Amino acid sequence: MSWTIFIWAFLVGGAICAVGQLIMDIGKLPPGNVMVILVVAGAILDGLGWYDPLVRFAGAGASVPITSFGNALVHGALAEASRHGWIGLITGIFEVTSAGVSAAIIFAFLASLVARPKG
Amino acid sequence: MKAASRDDRVTYQQLVDRNRPARPVVANTIRAFVVGGGICVIGQVVQTVFVRFGHFSQTDAANPTVAVMIFLSVLFTSLGVYDRFAQWAGAGSAVPVTGFANTMAAAAIEHRSEGWVAGIGGNMFKLAGPVIVYGVVSAFVVAIVRFALTHL
Repeated sequence: MSWTIFIWAFLVGGAICAVGQLIMDIGKLPPGNVMVILVVAGAILDGLGWYDPLVRFAGAGASVPITSFGNALVHGALAEASRHGWIGLITGIFEVTSAGVSAAIIFAFLASLVARPKG
Repeated sequence: MKAASRDDRVTYQQLVDRNRPARPVVANTIRAFVVGGGICVIGQVVQTVFVRFGHFSQTDAANPTVAVMIFLSVLFTSLGVYDRFAQWAGAGSAVPVTGFANTMAAAAIEHRSEGWVAGIGGNMFKLAGPVIVYGVVSAFVVAIVRFALTHL
């Protein structure tokens, strides 16, 4: 791995966020709708087999934006399905994203114990 | 006074549209690009640390990296820094996974006064929920199609 991955991470990650901002501004949509559009886009891109090359090429630039959540959901389902057949499509969906969802729930809960609402 | 006719309402809508300040689309997009790119570079640094010192493979390192980014996001949300930063950064801070964690932590902190179950438990996914719902549903459909195509 060379240092160029940092540049690609910046360019690809920045581009995905810029697309999100454009959808928000031009489509006049609230942030929640934009997140939903991006996560569905991530799932479809993985279905087409285009997201993995992007992750290999841009590293965190592709795996940190929310599009990678959709991609990881599809990955988990397909990996489990290849081992256990059709039922794997249900049982495997959260396999890869467990880290993100669990971490977010645990840290958000702990934060609510110690932090006071601001502004 | 007689109620506003249909024509009046149309004119009022036009007036609103004309006087609403235009969104600075170009400036917003550039800001989102730079901030979002910056957050991904921080993620890449964390990922590189996991690969070098945690002996993860490049792909396996993505999961712990996301967990660390979420921790940082929740930390800065607790300190009241992330939300102020997010107002300025727009999609640049909302699209990375840090923005997802921010909505959960902010909702949990905000509604704590309403109680443990209805407050924290009931509101944590208020903003993040749609992403999970549509993510799972679309992933299920995509995975079915993909699985069917490779196995039929």
